[in-house]
Amino acid sequence: MTEIVKARNVSMKFKAVEALTNVSLDVAPGEQVALLGHNGAGKTTLFRIILGFIKPTAGSISIAGFAPGSDGARRAVSYLPEQVAFPKMLTGREVVRFYARLKGAAPEDVQAVLDKVELVEAADRRVDTYSKGMRQRLGLAQALVGNPRLLLLDEPTSGLDPLSRQHFYELIADVSRRGCSVLLSSHGLSELEARTDRVAILRKGRLVADGPLAELQHQADLPIRFRVRAATGAVGSVHAEIGGGRINCASVELYCARRDKMRILSKISGLGAQVEDVDVASPTLDEVYRYFSNNGIEQTQRGDIQCTA
Amino acid sequence: MHGVITIAATEIRIGLRNRWIILSSLILLAFALILVLLGSAPGGEVKTDAVTVVVASLSTLSVYLVPLIALLLSFDAIAGEIDRGTLQLVLASPVSRGSVLVGKFLGHVAVLAIAVSSGYGIAGLVAFFANGAGEAVALIGVGRLIASSTVLGATFIAIGYIASASVRQTGTAAALAIAIWLFAVVLYDLALLGGLLASQDGFFARAVFPWLLVLNPADAFRLYNMSAIDALAVGSNLGGAGSALPLSGLATMFSPVAWTAVALGLSTFILKRVRP
Repeated sequence: MTEIVKARNVSMKFKAVEALTNVSLDVAPGEQVALLGHNGAGKTTLFRIILGFIKPTAGSISIAGFAPGSDGARRAVSYLPEQVAFPKMLTGREVVRFYARLKGAAPEDVQAVLDKVELVEAADRRVDTYSKGMRQRLGLAQALVGNPRLLLLDEPTSGLDPLSRQHFYELIADVSRRGCSVLLSSHGLSELEARTDRVAILRKGRLVADGPLAELQHQADLPIRFRVRAATGAVGSVHAEIGGGRINCASVELYCARRDKMRILSKISGLGAQVEDVDVASPTLDEVYRYFSNNGIEQTQRGDIQCTA
Repeated sequence: MHGVITIAATEIRIGLRNRWIILSSLILLAFALILVLLGSAPGGEVKTDAVTVVVASLSTLSVYLVPLIALLLSFDAIAGEIDRGTLQLVLASPVSRGSVLVGKFLGHVAVLAIAVSSGYGIAGLVAFFANGAGEAVALIGVGRLIASSTVLGATFIAIGYIASASVRQTGTAAALAIAIWLFAVVLYDLALLGGLLASQDGFFARAVFPWLLVLNPADAFRLYNMSAIDALAVGSNLGGAGSALPLSGLATMFSPVAWTAVALGLSTFILKRVRP
């Protein structure tokens, strides 16, 4: 099966700035890939290369087998920019109809996508009366129209409330079930809510991670945090048994690698009545993201706390 | 082709919604009516139809006003839309950049044509009926003025796209548009006048001046309209130049048409290199 996006060693240099360095990324048909990175990590640059707005200074890239920006590639890709804007004087329906015609979509598609993004009621109002969330949904509607093979979404969920974010990911899941690939960018893993098949992380123009979320979590191997609340007066002996650090006069906190987790747990349960409560926290998605995007700074901090159990 | 029509239709719709069409129609109508009222006073004494006098005055008005309206319409078309982020989606769609530009051009020309037709049309009818004894054939002159004004406007719309595609900020594009207007309709003529005064042997006046006059689309437009109506009868000062012109009659309009084609080609060329 041909890849929808096939980027090989793509580099992009703007005068003195190296925006992308040796990026290789594939997106298969129907696959959802999230591209993460800080502001300026190169996400939008990669999108502009995929759209054919700029040409990479090195490397090769093809979109559904076509050169970026060629007729075939433009027909395959639908784009939603981060700051989506439409002529203020037009109504939502007119905007979608406009893009439907440009993409050669059927007229009845207009109503269907407006329905999908829940803009039917506001469809005949002017765009300048829309809220930011509604404009974002209108942007998604124009991207969905015409059955694209690749949806290119630049930070589509920034500025959406959690409920519409959830609805947004449901929509994305729906189109990818019908074989449309999705490449979306985001600021952090937590915003993704673990909805995409694969996660690629850019740091300063380099791809530092590319794989399913579970695999990245495994790769990062961030320590697991235990917080043990000792029974009255028992904090000293609990601390002596399991080590770690005392965070107040009743609790002990310690970090350990994933592979030690069960050993520590059984040790804690062995303490019996001395332990009143135990709280086990796996690294959050944000911590995993920070690990990759900050070159593992997080881990070195935590590495100082020795697992003495 | 489908894309061209869609983009043109949307430009017309936006022109109607943001009151561009109504506003420019009213400006043209206001100026035209002033000229009609002022022109009707001497019209009785000269053996010329009142409508023809009005057409002569309106064609001089057009030289200044129509290029200005055209440039104001077009300077924002590319730089402004990229600035606001509305053009990126269009450029990412399957429509070629050449089609995007032609679509915008057709839409903007239609907007201008509506404004010119309604402004000059109403003024022409007012002059026709106010003077009672007008000849119907004089109305053809109004039609000719509307058509040639639209062609002149189209030229400056296309030239405005060059300005709009070459810069990144709308403000810069606006400044460039005003500079183009100032040069084409004011400074150019002043420079030609200076050339005429400076050349003592008359070589400039005979061999260079007529060509330079036709070269400027605004001057070519004025020549066409002056030669089309009985220019001498209404006392045009261009009668003398007319006899030595390299092009005459409708052929003078070749200049704005050629400029339009060149400007559209050049702005498409620049737009293809724009990195939104």
